[in-house]
Amino acid sequence: MTGKLVSIGNPALPHGRASETNYMETNTQRLIHAFSALADLGQEIADAGDFEDMLRNSFHLLLGSLAIRRGGVAEYDREADQLRLVAARGLGEPATDTLPLSTEHAQHLSTLGSPMSLADATGEAGRFLEDHKQVFAAVEIDLVLPLVVREELIGVVLLGEKASGEKFTDDDLEVLSALSRHIGVGIHSHRLIEDVEQKAAENLRLYDGLRAIYKETVRAFAAAIDIKDRYTQGHSVRVGKYSEVIAREMGWADEEVEGITIAGYLHDIGKLIVDLSVINSPDRFNAKDSAEMSRHPAAGYEILAPISHPYADIPLMARYHHERMDGNGYPDGLKGDQIPPGAKIVTLADSFDAMTTDRPYRKKLPLEDVLEDFRANTGTQFDPEVVCAFCRAFLNEIEGKKERRLLNLLNRNYSNIEELSPLLNQMLSEFNGGTMTASANN
Amino acid sequence: MAETTRDISIQTRAVGDAAIIYASDYLNKLTGERIERECRRQFDSGRRTLIINFRDTELVNSIGVSILVGLIDAAEQNTARLIFSDVNSNTANLFEMLGLTRHVSVAANEAEALSWITEGDSSASAVSEARP
Repeated sequence: MTGKLVSIGNPALPHGRASETNYMETNTQRLIHAFSALADLGQEIADAGDFEDMLRNSFHLLLGSLAIRRGGVAEYDREADQLRLVAARGLGEPATDTLPLSTEHAQHLSTLGSPMSLADATGEAGRFLEDHKQVFAAVEIDLVLPLVVREELIGVVLLGEKASGEKFTDDDLEVLSALSRHIGVGIHSHRLIEDVEQKAAENLRLYDGLRAIYKETVRAFAAAIDIKDRYTQGHSVRVGKYSEVIAREMGWADEEVEGITIAGYLHDIGKLIVDLSVINSPDRFNAKDSAEMSRHPAAGYEILAPISHPYADIPLMARYHHERMDGNGYPDGLKGDQIPPGAKIVTLADSFDAMTTDRPYRKKLPLEDVLEDFRANTGTQFDPEVVCAFCRAFLNEIEGKKERRLLNLLNRNYSNIEELSPLLNQMLSEFNGGTMTASANN
Repeated sequence: MAETTRDISIQTRAVGDAAIIYASDYLNKLTGERIERECRRQFDSGRRTLIINFRDTELVNSIGVSILVGLIDAAEQNTARLIFSDVNSNTANLFEMLGLTRHVSVAANEAEALSWITEGDSSASAVSEARP
């Protein structure tokens, strides 16, 4: 910020020792009052909660520092080529709160960066004042102080006469320049914060957009995976949705729930490299087919690992969705807590959908049989905590306590689902609501 | 007859056609705005003579000065008379230095301010006697 001042004259020093002493005392008091205003202004800007309040209070401090009767602060809007009045006192009802300001004038003002008296200004500053003379005269403005930060025009402070009726002295202009600098920096900082907030909001929107695109792409991918297997169409999307319900029941955060949904969609992506004839075989797998099929979790990991996912551990959930709590799963034979929690959820969701849909070699199982399978394999294949979360979610939907997500996803051919309530309650009781220790951990 | 009211921390006393408003110990934005509200309320209710008593006021900051300047303007617009009283010497010097005393009468105390009203003394426009 520049600090040169337009001199508009100094009152003559008084003659005589007593008068001189008196003058010095008054001047000292004036300086103390100005310093106090400067200190208050710094505090005001530092404490500012509300920008408009800060601006109003800062401007009042400036007016009060020299008991100036009227004035205003106008912010410069570069895009609209205008000054907009943002704080005012004693101006009555100005005809307009905006003043056109050409880019050329704005540049001149930012170069000058010093107070301009309406009466004395010359050159380019004078041109600006001359252009707006009628406006300033209408609101009795005598002095214009450009607010310049880093050679950029931020706005102007417009000031009328002092209550004393005296002309502004060089000392006054120094005080006003210092106070105005603070106001300019306050406005500039506010603009920077606004810019950052705007950019952050914009980035968030872009991020949300990208996430939506990512999710749609993943869903499309899931559909593509399932198309390869004509017997399991819609399987991946359903596994994603079952996983979502279970994770939410387990109290996972929204971000984590989104992640596990995606993991469900992609858990079988490794099937893309499995021989088509094996996938679409109408018979139960023989040993050779099983070996071919069991490649898909590790293959899925290899496909997913190089991708930067917005959620954690998606490749691991694909890799470990055929692991078992007792360590007899594949591909790595992990047991108990070695298996990531997300993979345990996808495992249950995957099994649930497999058992509740028709396969070429068998019809879908009755729901009671599915639950009995879970019951028999909890602790060895399935994690008790995950089984209990599933049972709770299922029970809540049956009892109408929660939105029907699982029930809507199940084949509509299932009837009398409410009859499952006792079994679900019994399972919850047996597994102590999920606190039962898995046998693999013992 | 005098009638005294108290709005939060602003004490006001009506004496005949005048109202006396008591400023607090520190005249800043908060307390200044309370005085401003009260003065404007008095103007709006038709009161044309207001005395602001600064007997408790130790300090006036810049926003306080700005608010007082605004009140001077409001008084002029309402063709009302504004009198300051019981101003301590530091504050009196500040008002003098900043030129407020060109627009407002400053009485040594309430009694003097009230006597000016009664006598219709238009010459009392300077600080009569400031509290030490």
